[in-house]
Amino acid sequence: MPIVLIVAEQQPDGNLRKASLNAITAGKQLADKAGAELHIAILGKDPAKVAEELKGTGAKAVHVGAAAELEHYLAETYAPALAALATELKADFVGMASTAQGKDLMPRLAARLKAAMATDITGLGGSGADIIFHRPMWAGNVFAEVKLNTPVKVFTVRATEFTAAAGGQGAAEVKTFAPKIEASKTKFVEFKEVKSARPELTEARVVISGGRGTKGDFKEIEALADDLGAAVGASRAVCDAGWVPNDLQVGQTGKVVAPALYIAAGISGAIQHLAGMKSSKTIVAINKDAEAPIFQVADYGIVADLFKVLPELRSELQKLK
Amino acid sequence: MKILVTAKRVEDPESKIKVKPDGSGIVQEGLKYKINPFDEIGVEEGLRLVAKHQGEVVVVSIGGKEVQEQLRHALAMGAHRAVWVNHTGPLDQLGIAGLLQKVAEKEKPDLVVLGKQSIDDDQNQVGQYLAEFLGWGQATFASKVESLESAEEKNKEPAVKLTADKKAVQVVREVDNGLATVECQLPAVVTTDLRLNQPRYASLPGIMKAKSKPIEELTPAGLGVDVAPKIQVLKLASPPARKAGIKVPDVATLVDKLRNEAKVV
Ligand SMILES: Cc1cc2nc3c(=O)[nH]c(=O)nc-3n(C[C@H](O)[C@H](O)[C@H](O)COP(=O)(O)OP(=O)(O)OC[C@H]3O[C@@H](n4cnc5c(N)ncnc54)[C@H](O)[C@@H]3O)c2cc1C
Ligand SMILES: Cc1cc2nc3c(=O)[nH]c(=O)nc-3n(C[C@H](O)[C@H](O)[C@H](O)COP(=O)(O)OP(=O)(O)OC[C@H]3O[C@@H](n4cnc5c(N)ncnc54)[C@H](O)[C@@H]3O)c2cc1C
Repeated sequence: MPIVLIVAEQQPDGNLRKASLNAITAGKQLADKAGAELHIAILGKDPAKVAEELKGTGAKAVHVGAAAELEHYLAETYAPALAALATELKADFVGMASTAQGKDLMPRLAARLKAAMATDITGLGGSGADIIFHRPMWAGNVFAEVKLNTPVKVFTVRATEFTAAAGGQGAAEVKTFAPKIEASKTKFVEFKEVKSARPELTEARVVISGGRGTKGDFKEIEALADDLGAAVGASRAVCDAGWVPNDLQVGQTGKVVAPALYIAAGISGAIQHLAGMKSSKTIVAINKDAEAPIFQVADYGIVADLFKVLPELRSELQKLK
Repeated sequence: MKILVTAKRVEDPESKIKVKPDGSGIVQEGLKYKINPFDEIGVEEGLRLVAKHQGEVVVVSIGGKEVQEQLRHALAMGAHRAVWVNHTGPLDQLGIAGLLQKVAEKEKPDLVVLGKQSIDDDQNQVGQYLAEFLGWGQATFASKVESLESAEEKNKEPAVKLTADKKAVQVVREVDNGLATVECQLPAVVTTDLRLNQPRYASLPGIMKAKSKPIEELTPAGLGVDVAPKIQVLKLASPPARKAGIKVPDVATLVDKLRNEAKVV
């Protein structure tokens, strides 16, 4: 029986990266189409706790590889370990969420497996041996259907296009394996985490993003975000200026979000920004310029100064409580 | 230091991309082409590194003869020489990385700098494939701590730091929830993120000088690489259009719509 192997990710704080659950759903859809069995792999210094969490997500087996050398993620140590596992399992497909780690690791693993790869898949088609991957190109202006003609096929998954796999779907067999460790020419030096008390951008139900129109003053955006329990996002212009941390950037080259409500304040709506938020359920645009392209994708637009609109919006919403 | 930098030819990011009605490709008419923005950042970083540590920047592009335009652009920015791998027709990551591997083995650079992704195919793969093929370390999504408007940026200091013994580079990487720093033994592969630097403009003297700089021509056959694609693009389509929204006159109406129509607050 063909095998789909999904690689789950442990965050530096030891917890499961939630996007892994969306990748598992993609893996399940793929397994159904290909008539395959779903397996999950997790690597780390001590991934046992995460493995426990993955047990009930509907896979046949969870493969746990623990080693001290895997404490800090590096493509050069993770790729050989996973390649050896994939080869031993005779995996036909290997996939992972399109997180920073997924994007760094999967192509290196694919190169080792002499496999072709599809990045950021948004859907699946075909059946049996003829699986078709759907993926965005040109900042989401185009969606392509691609076929990978190598024995092993590798992919990363755009988390917002698949629901998160729930727990309680039976119990997978947990199998430990001794990961193949190779010396690395790269060494981990440090990780500077950007801590935020707000929800993670890619998981929040509401996202409020600011653009250059804020001139770097995010106070009103943050206050509204806190009222709504929302995440804060930004356009590239704002990150480039150093006004907010890089990892708040939404777009083609930043995070892809799809919340129930996306509020864009002082953002013009360049195609590269739209690429990261166009799948949001409801979009609100606040912009002084009635011609700003953001209004072409917004469900509700308001042509006004964001410094006037945001406080008003806060007090109107307070009234509802 | 010898730095090999790639320069892919892509559609201008400002272009409106339209899919042909039969889904076989995009409408080429009226499109302008540029060097991939991430690759331009790579050329800039290479130039800053050799300005500080001496050496040369060699740029490479794979494609038909039109890619010489992008090579000339990089030369006008200040790159020293160029390598053109002449190939028309589709190429996938395995083919591109295979060709770049051969070029790197010929040139023996200390560092290969690529874009983290190209803005047409958005694959984000070639640098990592190349690092594995060469057996080198990789530092993808290279970024820096300062803003693009900082004093450091204006001083044109490279963000990729050579260690004191000159045997490795320290690179700050943009990752989820923060910045990770890694140290890569040379030779290594680095891929650029947007905030690594602000590329310089090509000066008029630079453009004049670029005309006489050498472009070496190579071919896949000459390099001994089979580039027959393993990826088949079956069909392209436009994303479903969002239905046109409305403009509301005031905040009270907005809140009413959000509450009673969209039901999101
Ligand atoms: C290769 C590449 C990749 C890129 N990737 C991304 C990406 O991932 N994400 C991204 O966001 N961008 C990306 N960009 C940049 C993108 O093209 C735009 O430059 C950027 O999104 C613009 O940001 P902005 O809308 O904040 O700024 P601007 O375009 O300057 O727009 C500011 C807007 O604010 C409005 N405004 C000003 N003052 C006020 C006020 N007081 N009240 C209300 N409105 C006001 C103005 O009318 C204007 O519309 C990329 C570009 C390239 C070339
Ligand atoms: C409409 C369409 C149809 C296609 N059809 C096919 C097909 O049928 N079969 C097929 O195999 N491929 C096809 N391709 C091409 C293929 O999808 C990509 O070119 C290939 O996968 C490389 O991906 P990328 O350029 O996105 O690399 P990325 O990994 O996104 O690029 C990262 C970096 O690699 C470097 N790089 C990439 N390409 C070059 C280059 N040519 N020269 C120099 N440096 C480079 C650059 O530094 C770039 O910044 C098609 C592409 C399109 C747009």
